[in-house]
Amino acid sequence: MSEKENTSANNKNLAVKLLIIVIAGLAFGFAIAPLYDAVCKAIGLNGRADTTATDSTQNIAVDESREVTVIFTGTTMPGLDWSFAANENSVTVHPGEIKLTSYQAINNGPEAIVGSAVPSVTPEVAALYFKKIECFCFNKQTLRAGEVKDMPIRFFVSPDLPKDIKTVTLSYAFYKSNDKVE
Amino acid sequence: MSTTTATHHDDHGHPTGIMRWVASTNHKDIGTLYLWFSFFMFMFAGALALGIRAELFQPGLQFLEPENFNRLTTLHGLIMIFGAIMPAFVGFANWMIPLMIGTSDLAFPRLNNMSFWLMVPAAILLVGSIFVPGGAMAGGWTMYPPLSVQNPSMGVDMSILALHILGVSSIVGSINIITTILNMRAPGMTLMKMPLFVWTWLITAFLLIASMPVLAGALTMLLTDRHFGTAFFDAAGGGDPVLFQHVFWFFGHPEVYIMILPAFGLISTIIPTFARKPLFGYASMVYATAAIALLSFVVWAHHMFTTGMPVAGQLFFMYSTMLISIPTGVKVFNWVATMWRGSMTFETPMLFSIAVVFLFTIGGFSGLVLAVLPVDIQLQDTYYVVAHFHYVLFSGAAMSIMGAVYYWLPKWTGHMYNETLGKWHFWLTTIAFNITFFPMHFTGLAGMPRRIPDYALQFAEFNMISTIGAFALGISQLLFLYVVVKCIKGGPKAAANPWEGAEGLEWTVPSPAPFHTFETPPTVK
Repeated sequence: MSEKENTSANNKNLAVKLLIIVIAGLAFGFAIAPLYDAVCKAIGLNGRADTTATDSTQNIAVDESREVTVIFTGTTMPGLDWSFAANENSVTVHPGEIKLTSYQAINNGPEAIVGSAVPSVTPEVAALYFKKIECFCFNKQTLRAGEVKDMPIRFFVSPDLPKDIKTVTLSYAFYKSNDKVE
Repeated sequence: MSTTTATHHDDHGHPTGIMRWVASTNHKDIGTLYLWFSFFMFMFAGALALGIRAELFQPGLQFLEPENFNRLTTLHGLIMIFGAIMPAFVGFANWMIPLMIGTSDLAFPRLNNMSFWLMVPAAILLVGSIFVPGGAMAGGWTMYPPLSVQNPSMGVDMSILALHILGVSSIVGSINIITTILNMRAPGMTLMKMPLFVWTWLITAFLLIASMPVLAGALTMLLTDRHFGTAFFDAAGGGDPVLFQHVFWFFGHPEVYIMILPAFGLISTIIPTFARKPLFGYASMVYATAAIALLSFVVWAHHMFTTGMPVAGQLFFMYSTMLISIPTGVKVFNWVATMWRGSMTFETPMLFSIAVVFLFTIGGFSGLVLAVLPVDIQLQDTYYVVAHFHYVLFSGAAMSIMGAVYYWLPKWTGHMYNETLGKWHFWLTTIAFNITFFPMHFTGLAGMPRRIPDYALQFAEFNMISTIGAFALGISQLLFLYVVVKCIKGGPKAAANPWEGAEGLEWTVPSPAPFHTFETPPTVK
């Protein structure tokens, strides 16, 4: 009998230890979300581009020896009745050179609406080297009914960009924001 | 040990009628419940698959709205995985592990009862989601956002809730099984003397408790995205739909091995019996199983090659995936070496096992093909993938289950099944299976996408063949039901050990196995 009670106590002990694995698994399941964000930012996984401004006052040496073509694309996602496209399809820049270009958005709908633009860069690794000084994606954008708005973006491509990358595509997806118009 | 329940039974007998099953804490009864449950789910999900195949019999839309077609593929996958294959293996674990390691029951018989009865509300939620307004989930069993977040149907929430419940059931069941195996083996039964089925289940149970909680995390984030305004997977709110795929497949790939490792254990039990030789390379089988389990946590992104990934990542996942073929190859060679120069006979369980070795290997090879990065990008989401995973899941998992049912039916029922009908069932299943799924390799290579209710005319012949095979395959399973029911009702009396070459403690108890076995543990030499 005492042997049986022993086994029973051992069983409970082991079950509790196994429960720790379960809890660790659960914690990991949720921790993947912030971990993934951190990894994406650190290594440019998934072409995740910055949505915060890069300091423009720092001195960047312009690499005149090579050129990079930057292509601009844009899409609006379902639920947002806007026309949205780049004013220039592409520009050619030297790495380190600060450039200004713009997108145009038109609200085709009957009422004011708030949208937010999510940038993404291809090839993915280039996301780390694509620096935006000024961008409409840093803030939400409100367009009145029928409003046409030119939205600037000021950027440079870091001279550290790997040499084999000659073309970088910047893509914006415009989503309808849940925010109400003020 | 289950002192309280055991003495309770001895003193008062056990409940009869329906309460015998509802309140059961007996591993054999609960095992039986699991097996019947999985059989009905298998037939139900199979009927859904026949709906899919009926629609694909000819090009064009005949029977199903595209949305309903998608619901069928989604529920077919979810129910087959979580309702049929996994519970069937748990049923075997319940029935056989205590008998194989010489103990009277699982470590926590009441939790065992709970694990089973949690399956029932989950199944009701899954099946019931078909009938609610908005209909069942239609975004595939993988539930990728944004579709699964945008679909407002209550059916999606019911499926998510069902998976949560099934996850709890699996985790509780796994803790029970690990505890039983580690703490309650008969004296002398060292770890390296355990039958291989016990080993594969021990490792599977660890995979379950490590991966199921991760799925719970993904499902919870999906639910909060749907209802509570979070944006884990919503790009508009700063989230990322690809994140879901990472979390899901971090669970999903171990899940694939959860569905095949116990099958390996079953095959490794049956083949030595009918080859009349001990299993070749027992220790290497154990290590190979552990190696597959460990590797299963570092290959998940091979399901996501086309989502965009740095080349270094793609190469890592390609090579780690290919690496899995090494321990798997060890197993296949061990089975072949076990049969080599054995005194083989070909009873139904052995026929199923040999077919599993042969057909699973085909599925393994098509898996290797898919692991090759540039090939995968071409074949992603085509019928080649459908062919691949049905060769591992049907002719690997499901057919090993069928073989094992025949193998242990005499022990469970005390009667021999009808060998002629068993063989008919085997040949019909194997031939129909290949007619159904082999052509999918060709349609997939030619570019036919999966999860679409219509297709280009050039695929018409192969799809017609697949559909004919699928209906033959489905109808053949009614024969399986008939053979099993007939065997339960009667038949030639089975000896304690009806197989000449079978080894193991389960054959030392009478057939049918008495309600209580190994109350005093046997001693293993």
